[in-house]
Amino acid sequence: MSDETPRIRRVAGSLVEVSPLRAALYELALVGDQKMLGEVIRQRGDLATLQVYEETTGLCVGEPVEVMGATLTAQLGPGLLGSVLDGIGRPLERVAEATGDFIAPGARADTLAADARWHFTATRSAGERVSGGDVLGTIEERPGMLHRVLVPPLVSGLLATLTSGEFTVTDPIGALADGTPLFLSHRWPVRTARPVLERLGSSRPFVTGQRVFDLFFPVAEGGNAIVPGGFGTGKTIIEQSLAKFAEADIVVYVGCGERGNEMTDVLTEFPALVDPRTGRPVMDRAVLIVNTSNMPVAAREASIYLGITVAEYFRDQGNRVALMIDSTSRWAEALREMAARLQEMPGEEGYPTYLANRLGQFFERSGRSKLLGSPAREGAVTIIGAISPPGGDFSEPVTQAALRVAGAMWALDAQLAHQRHYPAVDWETSFSLYAEQVAPWFTEHGGACWTALRQELMALLQKERELRDIASLVGPDALEDHDHLVIEAAAIVREVVLRQNAYHPHDAISSPQKTHALAAAALELLHKGEAQLSAGSPFSSIDLVPARRALMAMRDGETP
Amino acid sequence: MTGSLERVYRGAAAAGGPLLFLERTRRVALGEWVIVRMKGQADRRGQVIDAGEHATVVQLLDETVGLAPDRAEITLTGEVATTVVGQELLGRAFDGHGASADGLPAPIGEAVRTINGAAINPVRRARPLDFIETGVSAIDAMNTLVRGQKLPVFSGPGLPGLELAARIVEWSRAPRGEPFAVVFAAVGITARESREFVDRLRASGAMSRTVLYLNEAAHPAVERLLAPRLALTCAEFLAFERGIHVLVVIADMTHYCEALREIATAREEIPGRRGYPGYMYTDLASIYERAGIIRGRAGSITQIPILTMPDDDMTHPIPDLTGYITEGQIVLSRELHRRGISPPIDVLPSLSRLMSGGIGKGRTRAEHREWSDQLYATYARGREARTMAAIVGASGLPPADQRALKFADAFEENFIAQPGGRRTIDETFAAGWSLLAQLPRDDLLRISDATWQAHAALSTAPSAVAVPP
Ligand SMILES: Nc1ncnc2c1ncn2[C@@H]1O[C@H](COP(=O)(O)OP(=O)(O)OP(=O)(O)O)[C@@H](O)[C@H]1O
Ligand SMILES: [Mg+2]
Repeated sequence: MSDETPRIRRVAGSLVEVSPLRAALYELALVGDQKMLGEVIRQRGDLATLQVYEETTGLCVGEPVEVMGATLTAQLGPGLLGSVLDGIGRPLERVAEATGDFIAPGARADTLAADARWHFTATRSAGERVSGGDVLGTIEERPGMLHRVLVPPLVSGLLATLTSGEFTVTDPIGALADGTPLFLSHRWPVRTARPVLERLGSSRPFVTGQRVFDLFFPVAEGGNAIVPGGFGTGKTIIEQSLAKFAEADIVVYVGCGERGNEMTDVLTEFPALVDPRTGRPVMDRAVLIVNTSNMPVAAREASIYLGITVAEYFRDQGNRVALMIDSTSRWAEALREMAARLQEMPGEEGYPTYLANRLGQFFERSGRSKLLGSPAREGAVTIIGAISPPGGDFSEPVTQAALRVAGAMWALDAQLAHQRHYPAVDWETSFSLYAEQVAPWFTEHGGACWTALRQELMALLQKERELRDIASLVGPDALEDHDHLVIEAAAIVREVVLRQNAYHPHDAISSPQKTHALAAAALELLHKGEAQLSAGSPFSSIDLVPARRALMAMRDGETP
Repeated sequence: MTGSLERVYRGAAAAGGPLLFLERTRRVALGEWVIVRMKGQADRRGQVIDAGEHATVVQLLDETVGLAPDRAEITLTGEVATTVVGQELLGRAFDGHGASADGLPAPIGEAVRTINGAAINPVRRARPLDFIETGVSAIDAMNTLVRGQKLPVFSGPGLPGLELAARIVEWSRAPRGEPFAVVFAAVGITARESREFVDRLRASGAMSRTVLYLNEAAHPAVERLLAPRLALTCAEFLAFERGIHVLVVIADMTHYCEALREIATAREEIPGRRGYPGYMYTDLASIYERAGIIRGRAGSITQIPILTMPDDDMTHPIPDLTGYITEGQIVLSRELHRRGISPPIDVLPSLSRLMSGGIGKGRTRAEHREWSDQLYATYARGREARTMAAIVGASGLPPADQRALKFADAFEENFIAQPGGRRTIDETFAAGWSLLAQLPRDDLLRISDATWQAHAALSTAPSAVAVPP
């Protein structure tokens, strides 16, 4: 063998040093005898440093490396919906067919099934000029579900041929006059945002179906929210509830460095759950990207980029897409592990100094946009990112970096979780910058008093906090009758408005109308009590229990 | 690994702490198993943690006192760490690197497996749904354990974490009486603790279905990184290739994390929180995630790791990162322990995330969820009232808080505490209902009317609760 073959000179964790090799940054390579996928992340002279997307134990100094001349791309096209991919886009079912129940290195599998045939109906014809984003035609991917086949973003020219018919994703469906072939699918580098025509503001909310978010801390469509919280405070349940019930055309769910059994939950629940708006299983509108905590770290780092690229692809077809990331912190930690192995100068808590930039760039890929190509259309990607702060302490770098770009924060509180108050959203520290812009929509679709209810409820909870502080200092005797009423009413608001049981068949989702009705009814209870007090009845004569039980029945009742 | 040939080198460039540094080695592999020999000393074992053409770092699992790097003979074995597995290991005891520790010859076994394991493909996992009756009310009622779960015990210095694990092992009943086995990894605990645990296994007759891996406090510290992996490799074979339901108990993960920190410090890595390495989450996940059930295979692995919270602090990186990986936690309370409540489980911060799947109609009882929520809510209110009472006196509390306070006392003494030993799930339900029955209906808003009426009908029927079916 000649000395020119690039060979492994060092293996340290998921990093591999290779020489002689002159490659481009982020270029892909096949590493070692098992041809594991890796990516160049540093180049110095003829020494390249690669991160390997697979388990490196057993990888040997001296094994050959072969660069591939391309960066990590996502294969985008029909067949994505309903699939379960690892962090670099391999369908886990296909990996299982290759390596069995346990994941072993070296499995190669394209994201899209090569043998699936799709019926394509062309909507453009030869002789027309097309450019990036133009819809070439459609596929009915599932009954009633159209997949629009697009001209890839940077491609344009005169359409020489385009045919309707049965195709696989690798069969050409036509070509441009310059010979560029067109397919049902195309590839896009995951670390590059897909272009849009124009970014738009949004007055339409991303309706979550969770009362505390929709009413108190709403997110606009195309916005983003972060969900920081210590372990067990309910981040995953929130991500899953939103994936199931939020109003989105498509959901991309990234399990980034989390538990295997949680993905099993998703995989058993999503296919069985019917989306009331379409009558089809939730799984039909979902793409799952799964890189659990014990799967390779480098692929974990890549997983969120694959997720957003898939989300953008569906957005480009004109969809409203929700991207759930559980958990952003595990991505940041993967970045940190890599930086440490590269012996880069560490910033705060060992995270690389570019953490905030990378995080910012990622969250900036959310948005509502006017899309490239014709017909003219709009689409949105909303990002909901869980964050797992060490010790539940939000002053740590990942939470702080995310706060700089977040439009809303749903702060989860361990104390509330210990009280089994779920979602354990701390209403004092959480915020939303979208509340005003989406208020008109909620007033129209939820109920006329939306904003007033929101303000009055917030004030009530604030008042309760003050009174409880007083009571804990000097005892409940110091409180007046009206104070007792406020405390009781606030308790009822917490119970029937803020709390929402994800496991309850009817309470798990709450429409804006139901949220409005419950909030209004809870406040009416307070107002009635106040009237009784001012008519001279003492607080001890007011029995709130029956009304409270009526409200709980309303909460748990069948209307969504 | 390619070129898996043994190579022998004379003399290492340097040694420091548990690390040995080699220069100019040929075709080293990451994770390669290494033997270090010195005249007049016992062989030492190690693993390559940084494989380089010019410089290679070996992490030694044995003590390095007396090791002279330039005079050592170093063998790169050409293989990653492996261990022998098989059903004949049941009833046997091994040390922390898998050598026989019971005087019997080394087992031949049925297979040899690499100890780091591989990740279970998430799409091949089956959902854990089978209720394990542990006989501990605080767990069965409110933090239900299911087969395939990883549920750690968060103990504190001097708290009986290992004893609780022993009790669970003794008392647990498999859902349908299927074959089950115990694999125990002692990691840095004292010889006394480990003996007590093993004696209890023996007394309960479980020893013949148990495999022991014992790395005790006196044994080499770095070996602690190996013992849990050996135990899990053995468990995976029994579970997924022999169809046995395996309960893996690992004690104490705090010692494991300290060994991890020791290596990181020796390598002069940039320390993360409180000196623990930044990759500790990933490393712990490579242990805890080796639990679960695989579709189409008969057995399962349920993990109960024990850890000691330094200073009883749940935000310390060891419990914190563990909680971020496991499916809940059982938290022990110093206050309950001091008051003689045994087991001293604090149900408020405890949680079983897989509970919902394992309870309810056809598994435990239809009303399990609301009943358990009610016990929890009333107890939480009582605990809050107790804090309040310390300020304003119990008589200054509103009547409902006074009732909750009384409930909390009774709950700790008659429900959490189990002086009478194991409780069946029916006995646990009876104990819980008899506490709730002392409260007025209006205090029990979590209980639905239907459940309330069904229960009332039951309890008026003679002895329906006292003698469970
Ligand atoms: N809305 C809810 N309704 C009912 N139970 C809930 C709800 N949210 C959370 N829980 C309970 O809290 C537990 C923990 O929630 P979850 O797994 O979402 O926590 P997490 O914040 O994702 O934790 P980690 O960071 O460790 O992954 C759940 O298993 C469930 O028992
Ligand atoms: Mg989670």
